[in-house]
This record gives sequence, structure tokens and C-alpha cells, in this order.
Amino acid sequence: MDLTYTDEEEEFRARLREWLASVLPGLPPKPSPNDWPGRRAYDLGWQRRLYDAGYAGLHWPADAGGRGATPTQHLIFLEETEKAGAPYVGANFVGLLHAGPTIAAEGTPQQRARWLPPVLRGDEVWCQGFSEPDAGSDLAALRTRATRDGDHYVVSGSKIWTSHAEVADWCELLVRTDPSAPKHRGISWLAMPMDAPGITVRPLRTLAGSAEFAEMFLDDVRVPVANRVGEENDGWRVTMVTLSFERGTAFVGEVVACRRVLGELAAQARKNGRWDDAVLRRRLGRLNAEFRALWRLTQWNVSEAMGVPPARAESRTRGKAGGVPGIGGSVFKLRYSHARQELFDAAAEVLGVAGALDTDHEWTLDRLSSLSYTIAAGTSQIQHNIVAERILGLPKDRPTGLRKDLQKGGR
Amino acid sequence: MRFQLTDDQRALRDGVRDLLAGRFDRDALRTAVDTPGHLDRALWRALGDAGFFALCLPEADGGVGLGLPEAVLVFEEAGRVLLPGPLVATHLAAGTVPGAATGERVVTAPAGELLPWRDASDVVQGDATGAVPLASVDPLTPLHKLPGPHAPRSPEAVLLTAAEQLGSAARTCELAVRYAGEREQFGQPIGAFQAVKHLCAQMLVRAELARAAVYAAAVTADPVEIAAAELLADEAAVRNARDCVQVHGGMGFTWEADVHLHLKRSWVRAGTGRTARETEEELAAAL
Repeated sequence: MDLTYTDEEEEFRARLREWLASVLPGLPPKPSPNDWPGRRAYDLGWQRRLYDAGYAGLHWPADAGGRGATPTQHLIFLEETEKAGAPYVGANFVGLLHAGPTIAAEGTPQQRARWLPPVLRGDEVWCQGFSEPDAGSDLAALRTRATRDGDHYVVSGSKIWTSHAEVADWCELLVRTDPSAPKHRGISWLAMPMDAPGITVRPLRTLAGSAEFAEMFLDDVRVPVANRVGEENDGWRVTMVTLSFERGTAFVGEVVACRRVLGELAAQARKNGRWDDAVLRRRLGRLNAEFRALWRLTQWNVSEAMGVPPARAESRTRGKAGGVPGIGGSVFKLRYSHARQELFDAAAEVLGVAGALDTDHEWTLDRLSSLSYTIAAGTSQIQHNIVAERILGLPKDRPTGLRKDLQKGGR
Repeated sequence: MRFQLTDDQRALRDGVRDLLAGRFDRDALRTAVDTPGHLDRALWRALGDAGFFALCLPEADGGVGLGLPEAVLVFEEAGRVLLPGPLVATHLAAGTVPGAATGERVVTAPAGELLPWRDASDVVQGDATGAVPLASVDPLTPLHKLPGPHAPRSPEAVLLTAAEQLGSAARTCELAVRYAGEREQFGQPIGAFQAVKHLCAQMLVRAELARAAVYAAAVTADPVEIAAAELLADEAAVRNARDCVQVHGGMGFTWEADVHLHLKRSWVRAGTGRTARETEEELAAAL
């Protein structure tokens, strides 16, 4: 067990810090949360700077245009960019963390050449067309249909919770290509151009007041068959590859951010007198233990991934094994999502009544948005099932006699 | 950075697990329960022979010459099987109290306001004046209560106790999962019901977070990391034991099931250090 970084890793960190210090002061001001074109331009501009400096696609394999960096270097990158207050991956999230790595792992050489470089350069934005209104956590219950018409698929249906849909160039889209097959089969993974006729995007307002994501209606949208990644009806396996990327390192920067916020909470409480409240103080102390341990768990998970080449190997070891996320992924997400909510509840205590109700305060917005963490990317209830069934090996639930009768309609 | 067990550490852990499976199986555990206050000296010597107490003693002094991370792995195994005795105190006395390293002499020391295993020990390190017997809730840990203010435990003692708590938390999770997979109700294993399934998943999450904290504290030996490890390991051990009782249903409430032994020992261990309130205050002060 070793928590010291090698000389090479420290050198990487030092160079990165130097670069961040040189580039961050020159960044344009951050656009407001609901200015989508502004956010797109800002996020793509940041991506372009990363690209020019050689930091784009750090964790992507070299033959996909990435840097083939080790998981530890990726960890350092996320840690340092967060510490320095650099922009988040933002609108490039889906392209860099989901669609890109999936295409790198499962795409043909032509597909990789077409779609990967624009993501890395900061030319194109992707969105994720997985979730559907009736499917929810039962992702495979999706109903959006794609029927073959010559060398095109004709797609009809609707998607929901589609982040960045308004400003995306491409959508990683899951469609049902064989309605007669069992629900996990008969699904295909398509790259859909967002300027194709028949796509309607309607923004959704969240409880935090922002238009964070959108509904998307698809009416006979024509997508070339050549845009299918993976085999026809093999999309579920491809999807599991995508999801394993989602759960991998998505929260590294956030844990660093939470630890920073916790420090700020303590400083603020000492200033405004709340620190005298022993209950609140102990709460912050407990959160200190929690976030320290979550950071150590992150380092544990990243170390576990060491020695496995990035992206490509992840699809081999996880995707083909049925998309089982690493033990760390679900365990981490369960604890982190709840800890984040507790952190911003504590922030409200520090702010006091008026402060806690002031939506101009960043912490109030963070408190509101923290509610999504136990829902997005698999609810806590689904994560508990994943941990229990796939890690602990407990049996799947099956309806008992009474419930069977009820489900048959006997009320 | 490679925050994973090395091959040597894995081998050490597996070796200790095998040793304990051979020397302290369930029959031995129940025998110990039936003879309260009696410490198995033959077992203690066997632990000494295996290097259990001399693990961190330099090789020049006849020890094994390993460090805190290795000691943590060994104490985690001890916690898994509820190995009785003043293990931490004897381990920390190796090199200063003659015979401690080899298991020839049993050493105990005050831990907070408690003094475990006073009557069965050869040496008490520290001030035990005025100690009065206490009817210990844990049948495997005889206790005395000490009067007056008490000195804080050393960081090593706190960490090794946290490692035992971790072992217990992981073990009760395993016991709950095994029972949930075997016990049938309403025509299926109870582990198929989400209410039970989610209890088990939460047990694993608690144990894994405590593991990350305990191992990191062993590597850094940082006082704040040790405080975090203590808080999370105590919570994992106590709450996992309670949930394990719950998963076992009526069986979990009987003397025959081993679960209550884990619960009671985890309470005693949590009571031998700082209180959770004190630990939280220390963690807050570090912010």
C-alpha cells in the first residue's frame, strides 16, 4: 500500500500546475447557467486550450488520439484542475467521458476517425439519448423504435433527461431494433446527428430553477446504418461499456471540490459564530472523516484500475463480463451521493435561516442540485440492488404468490 | 501511488487467516465464551511464535520488522474471528516488556476509562490504581473501570483497534449475506427481498469506506486520518453487527448465534478509545 506519488507523477503534477497558473487568468468570464450557447462556446474553448496544451483525452488510448495516461495521472489531472478552479468538462462531458471512449472501444476505424478528433479538439458536442419517460431506472425498457429502410434507420420515439441536447451536434442514441427480442437484446447504439429533420428538443426546468436538461422527440428521424456502433441488436453490451466509463472517474474532481467546500464551511462558521454550536461542529467533523475516506476510496479504486490499459481494456474486462461496474463504482456512488447532500445541508446551517433560503448563494443552488445525486446515473435503490446482487451475490427478486396475483390484475 | 495490497501483504493476510482458522475456530470461540475471564495461554504462545506480537519490532531486536500497514492487516484478521485477549496492548509492549513479543507474557494497558483483561494479564502497563471490576457486556472481554482522568491512547493503539473493528464489520457483512442466501421465507431466500438486500448492501458500503480510511491511516500515520479511521470503523462495526442481527431475525437474537458477540465486542472496542463526540471534535478542529 503506497500513497506517495512517483517522481514522474509529481513532475506531471508540477507541469500541469504551471500550465494552469499561466492559462486560467486569461479565461473569459463564465456564462450564466441557462445561457446554453454561451456555455457551449465556453466549454469548447476550454477543451481547445486543453487540446493545444496536450491535455485533451488524457485517459483515452493513444491510438484513439488520446494521451494514454495512467489512471493515476488522470486522477492528478482532475485533482489539480479542481484545486486551481479550472472549468469543468461541462458540455463536453458526454463526448469525452461516454461516447468518445465507447467509440474508441467498439467503433470501426472509420467511425473512430470521424468522431473522435472533433471531440478532443473541442469542435463538436455530444448528448446522451439513453433515458426514456417510461423506462427510468429500467433503462432496457426503452421503446424508441428504429426500422431499417435501405441504408438508413428510421427512428421514432422520445428521450428525456438529455443534458446539452439544445447545443449538441451528436447524440449517442439507444434504439430498439428488434421489438420481438427479450428486452436486453434487440437494442442498438447509434450516433445521431442532431441537425437531422424530425428532432424536437424541449428544455426541462429543474427544481433548482435551471434548464439543466431536455426532452427530445424523434419523429421519423433518418440515421445512416453506418452510424451504428457495434452490431445490430448488440447495443445493450455497448451501453454497458458506456456506463462503466460513467461510473469510473466521474466524481474525482467533485470529491476534491467537496473537501474544499467543507474547509470553507468551517472558515465561514468560525467567522459568523456558528462554530460555537457543538452539534454543527461535530457534524462538520464527521463530514471531514467522510470526505477524507471517500478520497482514499477514490485512490484505492484508481490504483485498482492501474495496470489495465485505459478505455480499450475497460471494455474487455467489464463490458464483456456483462457490464458489471467495478466494486468501487457503486460502493463509492452510494456513499458519496448521500454525503454530498449532508454537506450542503450542513452548509445551510452555517449560512443561517436567511442565507439558506437565498438562491443567489452558490451553496443554496448546490444544496438544491445535490438532490439529483441519489437519482442520476442509477438511483441509490438501483445501486443497492447492484451491490447486493452482483457484488455480494444475493439472489434476484422474484414475485411471490400474492404479488403474482396482484400483478395479474386481481385487485 | 499504488494504494493496493502488495503481494507480500496479501500473503501475510492469508497466512494469518489460515493460522487463526486452525487455532481459533468456532469451537474454540464457543469454549472461550463458556469460560469467561480465562485466557488460552497456549494460543497466546502460538500467536507469539507466529510473530503476531513481534510484527513491528525491528529484526535486530528479534522482531519481524514490518510496519503499521502490515499490523493493521493482522489485527483486521483478529477482529474477524473475535480473537480474545489484550492483543493491542501486548503488541505495543513488544520490545519494552520482556516476553511480550514471544507471547510468554500477557500485557494489558488502560484504554480510556477501561482496563481489559487485568486479572489474566502478567503486566499492566500504566496506572491501574483503584481499578474496580465491571460486569462486562462482552463475555469475551473482562473489564475493570478506572477512576479519575485517564491518559489518551496512543495513535497506534487507536488504529489497531479500528483495524479490529474493520475486520468485525466485514465479517458480519459476510455472515448476513450468507444467512440471507440460505434462509427461505415466502418461497424464496430472504436475500431476494429488497428490504434485506439493501441492508446487506449498506453493510458492504460501510465496511469498504472504513477499509479505505483504516488502510490510509496505516500508511500515513497521520493523527487526523487515524481519527477518521476510528470514527468510521467504530460506526461500521457497531451498525453492521446490528444489521446482521436484524437479517438473522429471531435467530439473531439468540445466544447461540455468534452475531451478538460481534455486537458486544464492537461496543467494548468503541468504548476503549475516545468517544465519538471527542473524535468528531478533533476532526472538526482539523478543518
